[in-house]
Amino acid sequence: MKLRSTFRAATALTLVSAAAVSAETITIATVNNGDMIRMQGYTDDFTEKTGHEVEWVTLEENVLRQRVTTDITTNGGQFDIMTIGMYETPIWGANDWLVPLDDLSEDYDVNDILPAMRAGLSHDDTLYAAPFYGESSMVMYRTDLMEEAGLEMPDAPTWQFIREAAAAMDDPENHVNGICLRGKAGWGEGGAFITVTGNSFGARWFDMDWNAQFDQPEWKEALTFFVNLMNDYGPEGYATNGFNENLSLFQQGKCGMWIDATVAASFVTNPEDSEVADSVGFALAPNSEGVEKRSNWLWAWALAIPAGTQKEDAAKEFIEWATSKDYIEMVAENEGWANVPPGARTSLYETPEYQEVPFADITLDSINAADPTDPTVDPVPYVGIQFVAIPEFAGIATQVSQEFSAVYAGQQSIDEALETAQAITNEAMEAAGYQ
Amino acid sequence: MARAVTTRRKTLTTALAWVVGLVIFFPILWTILTSFKTEAQAVANPPLFLNFDWTLENYAVVQERSNYMRFLWNSVILAGGSTILGILVAVPAAWSMAFVPSRRTKDILLWMLSTKMLPAVGVLYPIYLLFIRFGLLDSRAGLVMVLMLINLPIIVWMLYTYFREIPGEILEAARMDGATLREELLYILTPMAIPGIASTVLLNFILAWNEAFWTLNLTAVDAAPLTAFIASYSSPEGLFFAKLSAASTMAIAPILILGWFSQKQLVRGLTFGAVK
Repeated sequence: MKLRSTFRAATALTLVSAAAVSAETITIATVNNGDMIRMQGYTDDFTEKTGHEVEWVTLEENVLRQRVTTDITTNGGQFDIMTIGMYETPIWGANDWLVPLDDLSEDYDVNDILPAMRAGLSHDDTLYAAPFYGESSMVMYRTDLMEEAGLEMPDAPTWQFIREAAAAMDDPENHVNGICLRGKAGWGEGGAFITVTGNSFGARWFDMDWNAQFDQPEWKEALTFFVNLMNDYGPEGYATNGFNENLSLFQQGKCGMWIDATVAASFVTNPEDSEVADSVGFALAPNSEGVEKRSNWLWAWALAIPAGTQKEDAAKEFIEWATSKDYIEMVAENEGWANVPPGARTSLYETPEYQEVPFADITLDSINAADPTDPTVDPVPYVGIQFVAIPEFAGIATQVSQEFSAVYAGQQSIDEALETAQAITNEAMEAAGYQ
Repeated sequence: MARAVTTRRKTLTTALAWVVGLVIFFPILWTILTSFKTEAQAVANPPLFLNFDWTLENYAVVQERSNYMRFLWNSVILAGGSTILGILVAVPAAWSMAFVPSRRTKDILLWMLSTKMLPAVGVLYPIYLLFIRFGLLDSRAGLVMVLMLINLPIIVWMLYTYFREIPGEILEAARMDGATLREELLYILTPMAIPGIASTVLLNFILAWNEAFWTLNLTAVDAAPLTAFIASYSSPEGLFFAKLSAASTMAIAPILILGWFSQKQLVRGLTFGAVK
């Protein structure tokens, strides 16, 4: 009897010690987006299930990029998981800077990840980051103003219709701008928007020999259209408006239309924040008449494991937890289906409750309509829609977008900006050895 | 007549000083006001100045989400540690330059200052690699050293300027009376230079408190100060200006209070020797 008690006690002690030994504290670098903050609130659930503790390092997006790039290239080992985007993932994956996520458990159901997201977060068909939420871009418009204007938004509008609608809804006396779009400098801000606008006018960043294409008529047409549209019907000072500024304007009823990230749909339809929550409609991002490609992008905030981590197993457990179907259900149960992280899993869009969310279908259609491997009318040597998945792009595109923002601010002409953009891009590409 | 002109000029100067002061203080005031608004009120157009429903909700959210005290403690350690260390190194250096100058003293001073002209990002990788090598990443010890080094030129320059105002004859007299170097520094020079040292300490403390390149790039969890705390509330996709303002107010409050109580000392120190 005594021996049995001793044996039981020893077994219990061993189990407790084993749990204590295997429990890790993982450090996660992330951005301060709504869905990420929500995830931090559910960390206790992960700790309860696995025993692992989590430390969060939340940083501004550009600081995060610089911080994790420094850490990963020097093998600093500061982070066990990092939140990265669709731009970095294939580049870092190709450099062997990330742990391949090719051995995720069967329960995780990796095949449930939306194909476009999976392709964008892979290199050589190997997944390097699991999407936490994904987005495309689409038209968000005021249904009441559209009705007043006697127009009906098609499911898939053209830029020409968008201009007509902007003219009809523009009402400066009542402080309503026909349309609000990003003009802020930065490759991920106004740079991303003008790139997809270019795609939808038949423009491209590079030809197959990596020569810059800003001297081609398609770019001039796209930029001229954008500048005229915004000068005629956009808000004052749009050259400095990014996602947040336009979100604020739209929520206050100061925009007839806003073309931006699908993830904004949950913000503009939330009555707590938006004055126009009950009169918002959605449509696919526009294209120019006769051009097959639309101006919708594809992006994901995804969780990846840097190759230098000592806690790979615990990190994988976290990624499986945070990007699982169970996590989505947990958020839906506590905060409603409109607040679950969108754009990552096919099964979410097959859930009847989620199908009732007004922006569910259009988000999925927008994501499915985006193909990072075939983003432009003419062939290109790169992958990516609103970006070019090469390491040099962020620097070049930031400079180019600064030139374009100077046009929006009335500081230089379209021709001058395109000429400078062409020179900057070719010079950088030559220096990097592409040409 | 002359008296009337002086009064008018004084009034004008005072009014101008108030206007300049208010313009400089306005962003801080606006941040504080925004921290008491809801997110919708924070971005309202036209902006709401005082006529809004004041709320403490943002402070509650920030308090719940972040361990403010840990960030605050790290800021105190980093700013305090680097300042003390900097003073310990700079006082002897400034003493030798002020009282035993060589032909190269001016060049050395200029060279020291020139290091401040190097963009910090230019040496990020070497410093980062050194930190990895010596296991200093995300450690307060490592960051105290870096903050001390980046502010050292300014400390040495300020102390050198103050020390130059002190007549060398007094030190000579002390030496004649048999004072050792240590005694000369501790009992003669330091008491006479207290106002200058105090303002140098304060300025360096503020500079170290606000430093936001190295403190963001070399820390993660354990050593992250209030600059990292503020950065965690900046969002690319979402309107969190009110929460960001609450976090900023919490981060600048300690240094604002310190500055308020020590303003006389700061002004005296900064204008020391300006009028002869």
